[in-house]
Amino acid sequence: MSTLAADTVVGNAGVNLGIFLAFVAVTLVIVYRASRNNRTAADYYAAGRSFTGPQNGIAISGDYLSAASFLGIAGAIALNGYDGFLFSIGFLVAWLVALLLVAELLRNTGRFTMADVLSFRMRQRPVRTAAAITTLAVSFFYLVAQMAGAGGLVALLLGVESKAGQSLTIAVVGAVMIFYVLVGGMKGTTWVQIIKAALLISGAFIMTAWVLGKYGFNLSSLLGDAVAKGGPTGKALIEPGKQYGLTGTTKLDFVSLSLALVLGTAGLPHVLMRFYTVPTAKEARRSVVWAIWLIGIFYLFTLVLGYGAAALVGPEKIAAAPGKGNSAAPLLAYELGGTLLLGIIAAIAFATILAVVAGLTITASASFAHDVYANVIHAGEETAEGSEVRVARITAVIIGIISILGGILALGQNIAFLVALAFAVAASANLPTIIYSLYWRRFNTRGALWSMYGGLISAVTLIVFSPVVSGKAPAPGTTESLSMIKDTSVDFHWFPLDNPGIVSIPLAFLLGWLATVTSPDHNEAKYAEMEVRALSGVGAEKAVVH
Amino acid sequence: MSSSLGGNTHTGHDPADESAFARIQQSEQFQTLRRRHRAIVFPLTAIFLAWYFAYVLLADYAHGFMSQRISGNITVGLVMGLLQFASTFVITTIYVRYANKNLDPLAEEIRHDLEGDAR
Repeated sequence: MSTLAADTVVGNAGVNLGIFLAFVAVTLVIVYRASRNNRTAADYYAAGRSFTGPQNGIAISGDYLSAASFLGIAGAIALNGYDGFLFSIGFLVAWLVALLLVAELLRNTGRFTMADVLSFRMRQRPVRTAAAITTLAVSFFYLVAQMAGAGGLVALLLGVESKAGQSLTIAVVGAVMIFYVLVGGMKGTTWVQIIKAALLISGAFIMTAWVLGKYGFNLSSLLGDAVAKGGPTGKALIEPGKQYGLTGTTKLDFVSLSLALVLGTAGLPHVLMRFYTVPTAKEARRSVVWAIWLIGIFYLFTLVLGYGAAALVGPEKIAAAPGKGNSAAPLLAYELGGTLLLGIIAAIAFATILAVVAGLTITASASFAHDVYANVIHAGEETAEGSEVRVARITAVIIGIISILGGILALGQNIAFLVALAFAVAASANLPTIIYSLYWRRFNTRGALWSMYGGLISAVTLIVFSPVVSGKAPAPGTTESLSMIKDTSVDFHWFPLDNPGIVSIPLAFLLGWLATVTSPDHNEAKYAEMEVRALSGVGAEKAVVH
Repeated sequence: MSSSLGGNTHTGHDPADESAFARIQQSEQFQTLRRRHRAIVFPLTAIFLAWYFAYVLLADYAHGFMSQRISGNITVGLVMGLLQFASTFVITTIYVRYANKNLDPLAEEIRHDLEGDAR
């Protein structure tokens, strides 16, 4: 490492690394012990459906509170103030869609994957294929974002500035994650998420209490200090519009983002799959309740942490650090508790990435093995359960390797953009079909296909031709475009918004409706079965007894 | 591990099962469950979506209003944002209480009737 790199590292790289390795060691032991009962597909994909509601709720919060939530939102609040806070509100309120409309009915009708529910009363092959494609697409974007985040984090915490060093870190993170998933299956992955959630929420709580304590538990004086530290633009920190209020286009973009956030969560396959790890729909409901409280309380902490970083570290120092906004929370930890607290928070941030990528990988591999391999390629004929799980394990390795490569390619890209992309695709490609399937008697195969493919294709196309990929003006003082393509001479964007949700989500709903009403296809008997199962829990998959 | 009514991922079904489902679906008991479920989830969804988008639009287009100071540095926007957290917790609690009291016992009865027969 050059001396420059050594100067920019915060705290002590050895301490940061040591605490992280301790986390990996402890979780590896737990994953290994949890793996002893991994025999059937229900064990591997759904942890034998044996977790309690509260356990699953904690695991859901561990799955959901990704590095983008922790580092990203705290940083967004520190730099953009109120507009950063708006993100966390969308991420939380979205859980009501899952609680009220989706979780219990999904638990009652499916076995392992989102496609189980969507294809329930439809023609199996085409609908399962479509649902598997959207699952893989959403999981891939989400995975790459997390992996790229891991690379960015080491730049800050271990002083690894070189591209090769960061790539190596991504590969190591990927390898550990593959091990968790291969050996531990859903049970091991769930325990990793539970431990990580407990660490993350306690860490954030300690920092929050510390920051508030410095201001005599007076939020107003904390905000006042953040405003004062911000200089001439400081006042804007506590008012809306600093990031999205600039022009009519950015305001509309904010509406689009808000729509994608609130409707995206209940369409994220890795979130949906977690509802299969509990024995009953009632436990699925309890898990969402636990998740809502934990996630809500955590986002309240990030509000204090974001403004705390603005007040105690200062926006200039944050913007100048490697990783910019993402470094707000670690810098705040260093300011408060020095090397040790920074080491703990840094390790938690790594653990966060590790747990989230493990959850995503098991979801994507389950979808491939269960939907594509067992039900499309083998067309639902009885395959030995062992062979399906073997395919899932092989797929997990392949997906792990692809996401390592994707993460290396995406190094230095904006993580928040990739996560917002995953939410927009989930809200467009998955949610309309989930809602129609569960609540609309008339809905049929063609409606499901048009809605899923229409939502997926429109969302991805609009993103490709949006300013996030090409054509943004360079940041002040630099010559590189703020788009993915840094060269300012390349500009093929024609869609004005960063987020496609405001177009692609209504479009997917419209296509689902239009394709359904123009096709006579309808399976009344299967609808009766699905409705009765969904609401009453008749014939729902039971917990595995060992 | 597969249910008494056959795995739902496979298309081949015992016709008796399917007519049993249609019969249950038409039963008064099930219709009550369905009505009660929709009577809570649809209104609550409408309420939280309306309140969320009202908040988003205010934050997006009514900067003056949201920037008003209530006391010290606490703005209207901050209080309304915190109220979004509060309303999410309240709606969660309302739904869970309702479901425990009005949905679960009925679902339990139906499950008992149908699975009791099938076994």
